[in-house]
Amino acid sequence: MVLFGQTVICGILLGGMYALIAIGMTLIMGVMKIINLAHGALVMVGMYVTYVCFKEFGIDPYIGMFLAMPVLFFIGCLIQKYMINRLVEVDSILPENQVLLTVGIMLVLTESARLIFKSDYRSVATSYSSKVAFLGDMSISVPMLTGFFIAMIFTLILHLFLTKTDIGRSIRATAQDRDAAVYMGVNSSRITMITFGIGSALAAAGGSLLLPLFYLFPDIGHLFTAKSFIITILGGMGSTMGAAVGGLVLGIAESLGATYISMGYKDIVGLVIFLLVLLFLPGGLKSIVKR
Amino acid sequence: MKNKNIVFTLLFALFAVLLPLFVKAPYQMHILILIIIWSVIGTAWNLLGGYAGQVSFGHAAFFGLGAYAAGLLKFHYDISPWWGMLLGPVAASVISLPIGLICFRLRGPYFALAMLALGEIFRLLFTNLTSFTNGARGILIMPEITGKMFYYYLGLAMLALTLLTTYLIVHSKVGYYLVSIREDQDAATSLGIPTTRYKNYALLPSAFFTGLAGAFYMNYVAFIDPNIVFNLSNVSVMVILVVMLGGVATTWGPTVGAAMYIFLGELFRTTLGSANVLVFGILVCLIIMFLPNGVVGEINILMKQAAARKKTSLAGGA
Repeated sequence: MVLFGQTVICGILLGGMYALIAIGMTLIMGVMKIINLAHGALVMVGMYVTYVCFKEFGIDPYIGMFLAMPVLFFIGCLIQKYMINRLVEVDSILPENQVLLTVGIMLVLTESARLIFKSDYRSVATSYSSKVAFLGDMSISVPMLTGFFIAMIFTLILHLFLTKTDIGRSIRATAQDRDAAVYMGVNSSRITMITFGIGSALAAAGGSLLLPLFYLFPDIGHLFTAKSFIITILGGMGSTMGAAVGGLVLGIAESLGATYISMGYKDIVGLVIFLLVLLFLPGGLKSIVKR
Repeated sequence: MKNKNIVFTLLFALFAVLLPLFVKAPYQMHILILIIIWSVIGTAWNLLGGYAGQVSFGHAAFFGLGAYAAGLLKFHYDISPWWGMLLGPVAASVISLPIGLICFRLRGPYFALAMLALGEIFRLLFTNLTSFTNGARGILIMPEITGKMFYYYLGLAMLALTLLTTYLIVHSKVGYYLVSIREDQDAATSLGIPTTRYKNYALLPSAFFTGLAGAFYMNYVAFIDPNIVFNLSNVSVMVILVVMLGGVATTWGPTVGAAMYIFLGELFRTTLGSANVLVFGILVCLIIMFLPNGVVGEINILMKQAAARKKTSLAGGA
């Protein structure tokens, strides 16, 4: 029972942080209707920014996060404005060329990181890295707990931003019906730029929260891209609350899989859930609530 | 127009057959063989992704299955992996049937994502079924034929077969149905085209030839592991890049794209050192942004425009 409880709690905590990364993706996918394969690479860049802050200036990752977010916001805006936005205007046979462009961006980001930092595995050793809190007989890692709470706070702030502010409402309007939003006076190219920026900044925040728990290397982006996809589809494209719940579901499913099946099959659990959701619940968890 | 195509094809075939007379160094032959392998995978992908518009991010599944069919014959039964050239494509096609059943219920980006997930599931399965596949250690065989010349001509025959088959499919009724599905699936359905069945007609040969390329790869390179042949970024995504570089939904696009991909990749690798993938990535971004129809696609458009201009100027003069 202790093992089960610990597995579930660990899954929830990790899932909350995955969710923050996935919310960035779901926002981008919802507004722009493209699959962003560079999302994990953006997480990776955010992690490196936080890492450099820690190694060079001794800034704690939880504070370095607030430096990584504006940096990634800026990078995201540039990518959207000067690369992806251009493609909306050009004519090509397959709309998927936008996806391929994000593959190119992913390559560029990953290889730039490799050029600067080499392929070495790096980690951040803080005073609290290996601290553990106890809940009855169950032990819970402190950085996981902290990360989870910060991630939840961010999710809440984003939710308020999307529902209460003008820009937030424009973002949601663009996601629902781009043409209608344009007729209502929404500057859609500005909104997509801001959305991509916010999505990237959230990716960076998620990465910074996970930094004390994961080894950092240039290819780690693939891992996060895969997880955010699964969560995005699970929650329903464009739904922040769906992504939050989806993150928790994936986190729990993965840690149950790792504990009770095997470490190697852990990732298959997520992918199978992904396929099942695609097939039987194409709108994700969002569509259940709406029904 | 028709005659021009035939003449061009014959000239290209002659060039390809005579090339080893001039290129003898093993390294250069190796590059040529890699180009052939990627041309085959690209042409196969193009049938499904380019003509039918079903962009698959999971072709590594078929490539890996073909490769493992050949490798496992040797590993378990000590049967020559050349039989894999028969078994591999058949295994890939058989697996493609249930995959089509599952994935063709989905459209557009959802289809792409489902294929991506399937490809990854195969990679993880082949990594974890250690007793059957030898796991992450992979399979190493002793190649039965050394010397590159044999592989070059065998590969060339394989490419010719792939090109001919896809050409015949694309220029038959099936091909026109596929294009109509790509352009507007709802309209195609309302005209009475059984879209799912026709998508399967594209997937089946696509999986077959990708599996064939996989089996050939096993015989040629003589070592595979799940992270090589089921790799998402180095197989599934790269094949799409190859086709996009050359030109989507064109006969020669994948071959031209494969030649560019391998050639530039090697050039960068030998001259730029560790920055080679970075430069390649930048190039990919630029090509997608500025040549959205690929090299062959853009040339076709230019030729059409030139022909149209000629026509109007003639009409104007008369």
